[in-house]
Amino acid sequence: MNELAITVIGRDRPGIVADVAEVLARLGANLTDSTMTRLRGHFAMTLICVGPSAAEVEDALGPLTADGQLLATVRQVRPDGETTPTGERYVMSVHGADRMGIVAAMTRAVTVAGGNVTDLSTRLVGSLYVVVAEVDLPADVTDTLPGQLAEVAAGLGVEVTLRPADPDLL
Amino acid sequence: MSGQVGGPDLDPQSPTGLGDWTPELLGPGQVLPVVSAPHPVLSRAGAPVDPTAEETVRLAADLVATMRVSPGCVGLAAPQVGVGAQVFAVDVTGHAKAVTVHGTFVLCNARVVEATRWKAGREGCMSVPDLTGDVKRASRLVVEGALPGSGEQVRLVTDGFEARALQHEIDHCAGLLFLDRVAGAHAIYQRKVYL
Repeated sequence: MNELAITVIGRDRPGIVADVAEVLARLGANLTDSTMTRLRGHFAMTLICVGPSAAEVEDALGPLTADGQLLATVRQVRPDGETTPTGERYVMSVHGADRMGIVAAMTRAVTVAGGNVTDLSTRLVGSLYVVVAEVDLPADVTDTLPGQLAEVAAGLGVEVTLRPADPDLL
Repeated sequence: MSGQVGGPDLDPQSPTGLGDWTPELLGPGQVLPVVSAPHPVLSRAGAPVDPTAEETVRLAADLVATMRVSPGCVGLAAPQVGVGAQVFAVDVTGHAKAVTVHGTFVLCNARVVEATRWKAGREGCMSVPDLTGDVKRASRLVVEGALPGSGEQVRLVTDGFEARALQHEIDHCAGLLFLDRVAGAHAIYQRKVYL
């Protein structure tokens, strides 16, 4: 059984998900984890699939990408991508005037501290740039990292908060 | 936040509510322009104010006037009109999700005394007009603050949507936006634009 990492992105139109999912279903490719969302008018799908070979999926997606409106990539990955979460879950919120390098600098500070970004989204609305990241942090940096992040944020002229993620299960 | 900001703590047995205070006591206010993020005033903690000072009463009247002309606005804090001060107006009257409602009121130097029964809910903000977010807030809340004009220290016991509005405004006075409290990477939403 092959595990495949597939990305599909293109100008949004009704039917992209159905078109791609139909191709995969026809090939017997089982769609496991995925995110599919609209990003500034583009529709982006990132998914993991189990089933046929990468070449078969690529061929089958060919007709969908032929007109150049959709771009699809397929590659086989080793099915050992699942990592056990380590450390404590935190949410980092960053907002401020848009400028180059906000995500780079803030996530670098997390990484240097031994943290791992597990989920992240950004929004640009007008001149306001917002980053919300979920990060796993080693227990021994949760006291010091807020200060380090504040320093990096001050250099960028943005605001940052780091809070424990809500552990409640409903 | 210091427990002494805005005056001494109230006796827990003292009566709650706004007493005889009404927003009409403030006199007429001016509608002020509302600033949007990333304006720096929204990210700075507001200064404590003298609730009896003339300028505080004027600011309170302006906040009420601006809130009243803004469609869907259930609260407005001084930083949102460009003033770094711990003053805000709230009015959730008629809101579908409101349970306890104290009408239109303004608090100075307010602080949360008790916060329980945390619940997630969707919030927007006039200063972040294009986004909403899921934020966990206490749905049972006790807040203390001073009334503008008399300076009387009051305790409000509230719940539900009014509790959420109060926490949102107290955050503004501390230089925080709902963006600082969103639940996770997928808890921010672009507002739909209806043309």
